[in-house]
Amino acid sequence: MLDVQLSELLGEAPAGAPEALDLVAGFDAALTNGLARLGEEPAAALAAMAGALAGTPVGERLAEAVDKVSAGSVADEHLAALAGGRAALFGAVHDALLARLDTALGRTRAPWEPAADAADPAKPADNLLAGCRIWLRELAIVGWRGVDHDLVSSADQTIEALLAVPELRGLAVLLDGLATELRASGPIATMERLPARRWADLWTRAMLLSQHGPWHHAAPEQVSGRLLILGADVHEHATVVRVQVHAILERNGEPGRLVRTSVAAAKVDTIVGPTVWQLLGGHPVLLAALAERRAVEITDMPLLPGGDLRWHDDRARAGEDADPFAIARVQLAATVAPAVTPLDRHPVRLAEVVLVEGYKSDGGSFDLGGNRIGLDLGRLPSSGPLTPALLKVSTACIGLVRWDGGQWSLQPLAVQATVKKQQVAAHNGDWALGPTDPKAAKAANKNGDVVAVLRERAGRLLRK
Amino acid sequence: MDADETAWERCSVVRVVPPVEPRKLAKVPFVELADGRLQGVVSSGSDIERVYVSSITAGTHALSCSTNNNRPCGALHGYACKHIRMLADEAVVQYGLDRVARYLRVEVPEGGSLMSQITGHVERTPAAVVFSRFLRHLAYLEVPDSTEPLAELHWFPATGEVR
Repeated sequence: MLDVQLSELLGEAPAGAPEALDLVAGFDAALTNGLARLGEEPAAALAAMAGALAGTPVGERLAEAVDKVSAGSVADEHLAALAGGRAALFGAVHDALLARLDTALGRTRAPWEPAADAADPAKPADNLLAGCRIWLRELAIVGWRGVDHDLVSSADQTIEALLAVPELRGLAVLLDGLATELRASGPIATMERLPARRWADLWTRAMLLSQHGPWHHAAPEQVSGRLLILGADVHEHATVVRVQVHAILERNGEPGRLVRTSVAAAKVDTIVGPTVWQLLGGHPVLLAALAERRAVEITDMPLLPGGDLRWHDDRARAGEDADPFAIARVQLAATVAPAVTPLDRHPVRLAEVVLVEGYKSDGGSFDLGGNRIGLDLGRLPSSGPLTPALLKVSTACIGLVRWDGGQWSLQPLAVQATVKKQQVAAHNGDWALGPTDPKAAKAANKNGDVVAVLRERAGRLLRK
Repeated sequence: MDADETAWERCSVVRVVPPVEPRKLAKVPFVELADGRLQGVVSSGSDIERVYVSSITAGTHALSCSTNNNRPCGALHGYACKHIRMLADEAVVQYGLDRVARYLRVEVPEGGSLMSQITGHVERTPAAVVFSRFLRHLAYLEVPDSTEPLAELHWFPATGEVR
């Protein structure tokens, strides 16, 4: 990313985005206090949202839902419409932000092609989805302020059942994450401040997912070629860890395509830091490619229309050395970015890979020709070698451009730096086969093999 | 409410659950602050098949310890047995003293230990609930991996403690 590109990115907020986000804030306040006894102000906020979306395909249903909910009738279909309305607002904001980003970077993006009648996916267990909707409805009725321990725990069985259904994994990790936050925040009634935007986001996404299950399994394209890894983004909450790899897919004679591929494992809260890589050991080719910075040759791997490659470790083999910085310098600018799956359009998913060089770093932000972008230091995973100190002395950075709370930021995935007159590079995936830093290795060993301990306990106690 | 708080409330990604510290799990595989108790599971030192379910209730500081088959711990009478002490020690490692003390509503003087301030009576609570929560905890290790896109996880970044 060049300084003129950053300058263009950081310009004024896209027209209409602040107003759309104000409407969302009104909805979020209504959800905080609950829909059961909707006060005048929240009722007006919902009506304003419906008004703003009146001319859209969800307009009619949304207006009806707001009427009914304001009159005290909170049915599933009304909640679905409300969630749809809120998601539509974020979809619009997402599109405006992504357009700004693509324009600034000069990035070409593939258009979304509506799937030609993909075979109707096997419908996931309806009763499970109904169970989710019941819980989400209860949450909406009482509002975050009214959520107590019993209501949180009432989701336990549903979540457990969801975890057993592979295609509902997204909904499972979402609800599990939300329930854990609600439990840890109790008593919510007396909390000084609430993560209103966040929880309403999670509620909305869960509501949409529990209508007919997920929407990303339109007919995938089988692809073969060479995968050049740019960086690894790590996601985690108490009971899940996921490594999402950003890469360029090269196929004969085609321009490179930006793709993502990811592997996720269930875990528990006491498995943290570099230990999480052990849980992903079932994908040795991917982990070795990350740790050894190699390209990967893939054969017949399904690529979803949103740019997600569904990883199959047995259809991949390690290729030659491939330095992500060299790849980013030479190839990133000419790649084609994937279309965005329509229902995923929310600013939280903005995560565009960029290479930044020639900046001045103070460890918390990069100054590029007088334009400053903040570094998202909260996203430096403890499972990798990146630190604020390293960012401060860095000279080049591969990162993801993100947006939240009205601001753009850069999430570093890898840096080159000069330490004691030596050129060093550090990548989020460096420790995929175990920490390469002696201090980190020692710290991880101090607690013994926690995964083995828990597996032993599970083996002995679970099947009785 | 000041501008920072408003901004925080308008962020999609904020940290809500405080981080937990890694610890050894060999003796005390499971600890949680839940159901109004510090509760957890302590592996028996003598019998590999046996575990103790121990707890300290918030507020009253009532103590409980029994095997997973609901047999009372022989060492718990009047004062905390070693299982409860180990549970408390590990909870302090995992959550930090402040968080555990706040949850249990205990005043710990500067430099003091948690257990020196716990003088509750013995009050048996059923082991089954905690034990089944432990089994549920262990069951996560048997959930198969997923290679789905899981766009939901963009709300849950790995937030290493800023070192």
